Amino acid sequence: MAEASIHPADALIPHTVEPHPVTGIPNGKFGIWLFLASEVMLFGALFSSYVVIRTTAPHWPPEAALSSDILNVPLATVNTAVLITSSITMVLSWASLKMQNVPRFRLWLGATIALAFVFLVIKYFEYNHKFEQGHFPSHDNFYAVYFTLTGLHGVHVVGGIIVNTFLLTVGSRMWVTEPERFTNRVENAGLYWHFVDLVWIFLFPSLYLL
Amino acid sequence: MATAHETTTSPEDFKKHLGKYYVVFVALLCLTLITVGVSYLRLNRPLAITVALVIACVKAGMVAGVFMHLISERKVIYAVLILTVAFFFLVLLLPMFTIVDGSSV
Repeated sequence: MAEASIHPADALIPHTVEPHPVTGIPNGKFGIWLFLASEVMLFGALFSSYVVIRTTAPHWPPEAALSSDILNVPLATVNTAVLITSSITMVLSWASLKMQNVPRFRLWLGATIALAFVFLVIKYFEYNHKFEQGHFPSHDNFYAVYFTLTGLHGVHVVGGIIVNTFLLTVGSRMWVTEPERFTNRVENAGLYWHFVDLVWIFLFPSLYLL
Repeated sequence: MATAHETTTSPEDFKKHLGKYYVVFVALLCLTLITVGVSYLRLNRPLAITVALVIACVKAGMVAGVFMHLISERKVIYAVLILTVAFFFLVLLLPMFTIVDGSSV
């Protein structure tokens, strides 16, 4: 019996560069926005849980007058600045490709990855200090919320590092053969990275300052 | 204005639009410092929460609007986001009813 064969050209994902006639944007970009929508719901559900736990607690945080009394606000402020800076380096890496400047793209994307590592190292010191004091997620609701939300956000930072490292190294070979498609990939990675920054913009005041 | 999905903008034209990224970057850093500064004023809790969330929303708007190019995005993205925001508030507000009617959580 003859098997149906698929020509390699038919198996390619369509509309990676040219806009899809229905959406008006390339499929990859539409896909990343749908993914970000699902991410909003993931963080939204956790944030909703946080609001319920906090508003029903007799006192928040349970063991101090304010969150800022038990969390390291200066370190978190530095981390906020680090993430904001990584957002502009990310957008500049995409802009460099738009301007056909590959060395600048490498510089800015490398800086984005480096800043992401700085964020994680600062977070490590914060976590380590809490663990030394015996404050684990099981300590009370405050620390359960703190470690869950910042931990999930940290996992997203790691995800961004992996994607951006791929684009900086082996993934960048695509620039030679399909420059526009590669530029779109960097833009999509940037959308994800800005979302990670956006989540932190809400986590920082909610957890550390209020 | 150069948009994210334009492929016809020349590199020279594109260069002219980089300034807005630096402006937003500085604004974000300033707003972060303002957020931290306001927290040291020890405002009453409802006011402190309102101020902090308003500043956070302004910052988020800048990131989404300029860095993520939402200002010049296609209608289909706006449609997806409107639906997402609606469900986000649903998820956020639904558990509130359990608090309002006195049910235990």
